[in-house]
Amino acid sequence: MLRTEALVAGWQKPATQAIDLSLAAGEIVGLTGPNGVGKSTLLAALAGRARIFSGRIQLQPGLRLALQTQDVPPVDGLPLSGRELLALTGASPEGLPPWLTERIDIRLDRLSGGQRHYLALWAVLQAPADLILLDEPTNNLDAAGVRHLTAHLHERSKGGTGIIVVSHDAAFVEAACDRVVVLEARDGE
Amino acid sequence: MGNELFLIPFLTGLGLAVLLPLLGCYLRLRDEWLAALAYSHVAAAGALLALVGGLPPVIGGISAAGLAGAGKRLFARRLVGGASYAMLLLGGWAVAVLMAANQPMAERLGHALFDGQLYFAGPDELWLVAAGVPVAMIILRLLSRHLLLAHTYPDLFRIRGLKAWPTQIGFDLLAALCLALATMSLGVMGAFALVFIPPWLAFRRAGNWYSGLRWALVLGVLGYVGAFLLALGLDQPFGPVLAILLVAVGLVVA
Repeated sequence: MLRTEALVAGWQKPATQAIDLSLAAGEIVGLTGPNGVGKSTLLAALAGRARIFSGRIQLQPGLRLALQTQDVPPVDGLPLSGRELLALTGASPEGLPPWLTERIDIRLDRLSGGQRHYLALWAVLQAPADLILLDEPTNNLDAAGVRHLTAHLHERSKGGTGIIVVSHDAAFVEAACDRVVVLEARDGE
Repeated sequence: MGNELFLIPFLTGLGLAVLLPLLGCYLRLRDEWLAALAYSHVAAAGALLALVGGLPPVIGGISAAGLAGAGKRLFARRLVGGASYAMLLLGGWAVAVLMAANQPMAERLGHALFDGQLYFAGPDELWLVAAGVPVAMIILRLLSRHLLLAHTYPDLFRIRGLKAWPTQIGFDLLAALCLALATMSLGVMGAFALVFIPPWLAFRRAGNWYSGLRWALVLGVLGYVGAFLLALGLDQPFGPVLAILLVAVGLVVA
């Protein structure tokens, strides 16, 4: 469903090496590498946000994308419940862990950071999409959250959804991903 | 209230008291509550310019605010952080005060707009409100989900291919026109009080978005009815009475 050929992406200037990447339907690919190699930039390029300096991206026509960034939805002071957040993206609350199911009708700004993060992540994970791009999804999650996320990613991919995960969490990447691509710094950096 | 002399202003204000708190919730969502004050001042300036130019003030007010709302996006990149609203507010206020100071025929209307003399509202204003408020509420309902999604997940909003202009320019224009309509009847500060205080309280108290909208609506309507009766009974200008009442309620509830 996705293929990149010698893709160099960035913002004002190139931020990645030339990347060849492919993803099949139902596959989970992990992207790792040291800080600054352009993992998040690559996701942004796949989502059409970052600039492409050279190479190309081939996406299956009609592909529906969902993108989770490291930015937290700005909900402080906003009377928005978890259920309403999920409804906005079209995500179903079915399958949420029990510790969140019982708090889904509470305002997001009255939840703990971890609970809020997981709900915000779930809203993207369960949104109608064929390709899901996740950027450091385990940030702010405790061990139970990481286990639940890992299990859910496998379940989601079984339905044919392709998933690309950027993460520094080696144990999570190993447990969740079918294949891992390690990005390296650009020459001379 | 059975007296038609007061019934028309009451119904005109009531329609606005339903619309403005709901509009205020979305302005607050976008952190654009200052826009209410800006559009009101621009509308006041437009109304006075129209009056001096021999045109109906309501046309001038709505046109000026509409232009400001639609044109704001042209300068969005250069005027970030609410600067565009501060510029519109100061520009509108300056033009309105200078017109009122130098044109005798503009002085009376200027006082009415800044004092908030709802009792001057006549059938023309009532018809505009009766036609405009339902349309504005339908548009707000249609924009609601996109406004919320664009605020919480701007990237998801974009990659879904959703068009940004109805949500951005469309909402700016809607807010400007509603505020202009309200300013013509409730005055600058009366309109601002209804846009700002009920949503502010609702956002603090409500457990979810739709309950927030209900809170804002109820607070706005109750505040409006109370202020109308008080101002009538005490023979005071409506705008300041509404503002004082809402501020008092705001401080107690907060």
